Amino acid sequence: MADAALLVAEGIRVRFRTVGFVRALIQGIRDPFIDAVLDVSFALGPGETFGLVGESGSGKTTLVRSIVGLVDLAAGVVRFDGATIVDRSDSGLRTIRRNVSMMFQDPVASLSPRKTVRALVTEPFHIHDMTDRDLDVEARQLMGMVGLPVQLLANYPHQLSGGQARRVGVARALALRPKLIIADEPTAGLDVSVQGEVLNLMNELQTDLGLSYIIVTHNLPMIRHVSDRLAIMYLGRFVEEGPTAAIFAAPRHPYTLALLGAVPQPDPDKRREEIGLIGEVPSLRNRPSGCEFHTRCLFAQERCRVEGPVLREIEPGRRVSCHFPRM
Amino acid sequence: MARPILDIRDLSVSFATPRGSVEALRDVSLTVPQDSIVGIVGESGCGKTTLISTVLRLLAYNATVKSGEIVFEGENVLAMSDERLRDLRGRQVAMVFQDPMTALNPVLSIATQMLDIQYREPIPTTEKRRRAIDMLRRVGIPDPEHRLEGYPHHFSGGMRQRISIAMALLMNPALLIADEPTTALDVTLEAQIIRLLRDLKREFKGSILFVSHNLGLIAELCDEVVVMYAGEIVEQGSVRQLFHDARHPYTRLLLECDPARIEKASRHLPTIAGNLPDLAHLPGGCIFAPRCPRVHEPCRREAPQNYAASKGHDVRCFLVRDG
Repeated sequence: MADAALLVAEGIRVRFRTVGFVRALIQGIRDPFIDAVLDVSFALGPGETFGLVGESGSGKTTLVRSIVGLVDLAAGVVRFDGATIVDRSDSGLRTIRRNVSMMFQDPVASLSPRKTVRALVTEPFHIHDMTDRDLDVEARQLMGMVGLPVQLLANYPHQLSGGQARRVGVARALALRPKLIIADEPTAGLDVSVQGEVLNLMNELQTDLGLSYIIVTHNLPMIRHVSDRLAIMYLGRFVEEGPTAAIFAAPRHPYTLALLGAVPQPDPDKRREEIGLIGEVPSLRNRPSGCEFHTRCLFAQERCRVEGPVLREIEPGRRVSCHFPRM
Repeated sequence: MARPILDIRDLSVSFATPRGSVEALRDVSLTVPQDSIVGIVGESGCGKTTLISTVLRLLAYNATVKSGEIVFEGENVLAMSDERLRDLRGRQVAMVFQDPMTALNPVLSIATQMLDIQYREPIPTTEKRRRAIDMLRRVGIPDPEHRLEGYPHHFSGGMRQRISIAMALLMNPALLIADEPTTALDVTLEAQIIRLLRDLKREFKGSILFVSHNLGLIAELCDEVVVMYAGEIVEQGSVRQLFHDARHPYTRLLLECDPARIEKASRHLPTIAGNLPDLAHLPGGCIFAPRCPRVHEPCRREAPQNYAASKGHDVRCFLVRDG
């Protein structure tokens, strides 16, 4: 699959400056940066759905934003459809942005309140100078694809329900017929009954158009149903990656185990007395020594405090960064 | 049985809007017994927030309580004077809001906020400080003596929600209302907050009214559960009755839709067809009839009453009445 991959990311690193240049100079701060994403590599095949999960601040959103060039890479390469996006020049970015669409987290906030639905769904054509086509036809077709009545084209975002706004977000993402859609928390803030509608729509479109998805979420019960492969992020790194079904059946990294254990079970007879994970995510400014998860790990040993594990393949298609993976 | 902490009877609330009167709550009756956790579950627009706002008399100016009463420890909240209400809020009923980022004042230190809230207590400031530190320790804030001097932006989201809970419990209220207290938090923190609420309830002997749309949290925490749909309570009972023997078609669909309850991984997830009814133009008959898979003749003609499926398990559905 690796040779036919649609998207390949290698050694991605994203740094953010946290202290201004002058203050760093005066206070003698040698490293004014934090690494929001570190050494992330993965490949995504055509028609595949890749889930990215982790707690707030784990770097999921930054990672996907770096792929479409919304934040700069400090290191690493992104290859799309065999072509390397060498620099983040305008032409490279245009290629990737024409083929990769993004669905942003907050459906209503990501739609301009002063534009009609028609203007919103046809906006991508204006941005990419593709206005030679009949935009009315395109708009109606897009509405049909996402199952919205064409009458809504004249409406403004505040006149839409949460589910409808989410569908408009999908229509915008589909406009340029991309090969990959990156969906950042596609179901956040939706009721369970509406959540299914949006995910079913995304699934139908995938079957019909052969789309690939990267879904960023912290909704673990949802991602279990909709993704083929899954990566779990902690402090900007992948700690575990592999087929979704295998990870849910037998998590190997203690963090994955704890994360899955934290999901409340909708059954009053399965109440937990123990909670798997104590404390909070450490600061990116003070990364723990050795294995970065050892401060919260229930199974940490002496070696974990001094030596950082590498992400290694422990079975075909399954990578874990832990000295003592669970069996 | 001891007198309940909170007893809401036949409460109806409407909002005056340019489109007409929106009937946001209709004939809502619910009881919060002493020393218990009651969960309210329902989707957006079901009236959860209107209900708790009414209990605290925090309704918007265009809202009218059309009928019913809210009895808090034997006293009718709807008849209280403003002065009495101020005493009720904060001292006897405390609230934890959804968003810990906006519940705290960003320009005041935690110490100032936690001391201010004790203004009614005739005790010296040093004592108030001691109580604040003690409470922060109990909700799991490490090093509370020093952290008390911090400002809200010094704390993470989970820590801020712990501080909100500490502030709510500072006056030892008889009733704590928590409105989606973990929605803004990660699952790991959510589990910690739920554990904290459960432990604190044991310790403080108060009752909790817990509002959520997350069925997992309701199952995990609550003793009694109330299911709301479009301004009505459609089913209520013990947490086991609700999760193991749901009788209202809406409750059943809601449970079916929860991806956490679907054992086998599936790309096609169940949904509830149709939309919420327009509360300004209520359809006749049962409120859920237009979306109900088991709708039959009487449902469209007349509205069902509450029928007991078993002891303590009430369902607003003709299917239960007719067996």
